[in-house]
Amino acid sequence: MFETEVSSHKQTLPKHWQRYTLDQRLLRFSIYFFIVAAIVQSLRNINIIPEFLIDAPEQMADLFNRMWPVDWSYYPQSVNSALIETIHIATLGTIISIFLAVPIGLLSARNFTPNRFLNLIARLILVSSRSVNSLVWALLFIAIFGPGALAGTLAIAFRSIGFIGKLTGEAIEEAHAGSIEALTAAGASKSAQLNYGYWPQIKPAFLSLILLRWDINIRESAVLGLVGAGGIGMTLDTAMNLFQWDRVAVILVAIFAIVIVTEVIITQVRNRLL
Amino acid sequence: MSAQLSIQELSMSYQAGIPVLKGINLDIAGEGVTAIIGPSGTGKSTLLRCINRLVEPSSGRVLLKNGESSIDLAQVRGGALRRARRQVGMVFQEYNLVERLTVMENLLTGRLGYTPAWKAWFRLFEASDIDRAYDLLEKVGLSQLANQRADALSGGQRQRVGIARALMQKPDLLLADEPTSSLDPKTSVEIMELMTELARAEQIPVVINMHDVELAKRFAKRIIGMSGGSIVFDGVGDQLTSDHLKSIYGGETWLT
Amino acid sequence: MVNLNQSGAVIRYKPFSQSLKVKVGFFVLLIYVVYASLQLDFTYSRFISGLDHASTFFDRMFPPNFERSRILIKGMVESLQIAVLASLLGILISLPIGLLGARNLMPSWASWPARSLVAFCRALHPVIVAILFVKAVGFGALAGILALTVASIGFIGKLFTEAIEEISIKQVEAVRATGASFANIIIFSVLPQVFARFVGFATYQFDSNLRNSTMVGIVGAGGIGGTLFSAFQRFDYDFVAAILITIIAVIMIGEMFAGFIRSVFLDNIGLSDLWRKQAKRPLASKGAESV
Repeated sequence: MFETEVSSHKQTLPKHWQRYTLDQRLLRFSIYFFIVAAIVQSLRNINIIPEFLIDAPEQMADLFNRMWPVDWSYYPQSVNSALIETIHIATLGTIISIFLAVPIGLLSARNFTPNRFLNLIARLILVSSRSVNSLVWALLFIAIFGPGALAGTLAIAFRSIGFIGKLTGEAIEEAHAGSIEALTAAGASKSAQLNYGYWPQIKPAFLSLILLRWDINIRESAVLGLVGAGGIGMTLDTAMNLFQWDRVAVILVAIFAIVIVTEVIITQVRNRLL
Repeated sequence: MSAQLSIQELSMSYQAGIPVLKGINLDIAGEGVTAIIGPSGTGKSTLLRCINRLVEPSSGRVLLKNGESSIDLAQVRGGALRRARRQVGMVFQEYNLVERLTVMENLLTGRLGYTPAWKAWFRLFEASDIDRAYDLLEKVGLSQLANQRADALSGGQRQRVGIARALMQKPDLLLADEPTSSLDPKTSVEIMELMTELARAEQIPVVINMHDVELAKRFAKRIIGMSGGSIVFDGVGDQLTSDHLKSIYGGETWLT
Repeated sequence: MVNLNQSGAVIRYKPFSQSLKVKVGFFVLLIYVVYASLQLDFTYSRFISGLDHASTFFDRMFPPNFERSRILIKGMVESLQIAVLASLLGILISLPIGLLGARNLMPSWASWPARSLVAFCRALHPVIVAILFVKAVGFGALAGILALTVASIGFIGKLFTEAIEEISIKQVEAVRATGASFANIIIFSVLPQVFARFVGFATYQFDSNLRNSTMVGIVGAGGIGGTLFSAFQRFDYDFVAAILITIIAVIMIGEMFAGFIRSVFLDNIGLSDLWRKQAKRPLASKGAESV
């Protein structure tokens, strides 16, 4: 009897194979449809003046022409100090951000903070920090503290909270429960668990993300000055408003150079520390 | 279905002057398992990969005779090489499944040699291929995992899929490169049993690289010992004495 | 934690003590903070008066003023359109360039220029690129789209190249062994390995473009950034609050949509899964969300 059951089961095996079930295909199709619809809608309604589009290559060539030759002499008088200021804004902002972000990150980690409400609040703070652009943060802080590097530094700090806090929270959530369990069983307090249980595990990931955020912050700091928050952005803004394109060129080169130097430093630090 | 494999004076060096295979001569025919044993680095893997040209031999011939026709696998190129490869199925040590694809899709990759690209893109495989896939899935005992992603499977399950994939090609010869080295002892035996059984059903010879001598003695009708790129033993399991093992592997303390 | 030194005397090490390097490191950091703060002219009095301003400021922000919602919506829609088109254009251009940059498949005369181009696109901040485009093609959405396309190429191009360079050759080897044609090998062993990561960073870049598109308007490249900037300049802080809330909401929805796309294409969920409560977190959403 067992054999006949097996053979009748064999006959009911599907002879037709499809990669996705109807269920899945419907969903995939609706996403494709939605994406295409979004593209078509955007193309039709976007406000682009065709003459500008056609003119574009010529205009860009003209722009580059005005940038050449690059005014290297401008560098020592203004650009250098502004560049240093930018670096300070980025670095200080990152450091401040660590102190603000880590507690929030800890609050958002479900294994470290069991309280769901606190988790939610923390996550909300982190999302808001990320969604508001550093330029917009700069505008906010300029409205409060006036133009200058203070606004810029705080803008960088507050923008970075989301990044550092979220990734720290995730790193904590992904830590091995085993060693934490052992510490709790031995009667360790929360701070002891943090110091001896979580920190050793997340240390490489944490340092890595701090370096990454510092890298991004250097780039961001360079543009904050465009709205008046200090750093080389302000020099850039002035030069552009005065149509001094050769000076604009040297500033752009300086920004480019600092970005590359930062990347090199980070690679070196990574190789040595991690 | 069954074919004859004739390897003649096969040599291979990765770097000039350092030969990995030194003039191998080997004939394999008829159903049954031939096990190749030997220490790591002695060229077992290279030998197997020279057969289906995943690795280019430096000199020599690899003749695959099927009835009247005979192809020199070491010489063919392009389309002819691909057609020849269809006839040789291979099972890998690390299973080498395409992890993001499902079990069924991995099985059907065995038929890619027979499927044009546009059909492969839209997954329009022949009904007979799909039937064979389900059939093989049942034979390896994984019918309920047909639409599971390959990376969700355990090691033993993946290797079963690997075996089924190789057999999907309806090959004349089955090669296996250390198929059980990544598996635990119990699963290793299951996999060996599965391979030998299925190959016998298809009436094709199987050539397996392995380093577990006991496993080789248990399943292989013929054992080939390699050392330093040459064959130093060719016979039946019973004939394999400690002296032979010493000349193959060197060292004494591991021998009982 | 006890060792013998050369003369045989017992040395005790304090368990868990910070190494000297770390202590020095912290000290250096502290010195730097003080130094930089002075350089940047952070004085306590400035800070305190700032906090005073802050309370007035927040007072004026609440309640948020949604009266001028027509302009708000128009600006937001334009930002969305910029993000969509920039992502589309960015993806289309990045795929061939990214492929060219893959050193495991391409010769160096092809990979080197491709990689340099991609690196160049990444070097400059999108806002700076936006300004340059505004000067070149005029104010408006076009400058924004072009600027964000450049940013997308810098990101997607780099990650696509990395994805191709990281594919497991073993999976490719196995498919080769079955006698498959070159096209079939690409379809069945290269693309499946690359597709998952591609969906990941394409959706990430869309989110990133959405964020940046709300900002390039500040320099005149279209979208809600312009509206926001003028609201700041006119001290309409309650309108500013309304705009910020809208931006945050749209970005959150954008992130959810991106996560959704990732689940559909990476975890292969179907319509019925949407109704069912998911017991475990799907692969796609872990760690791959935009930051």
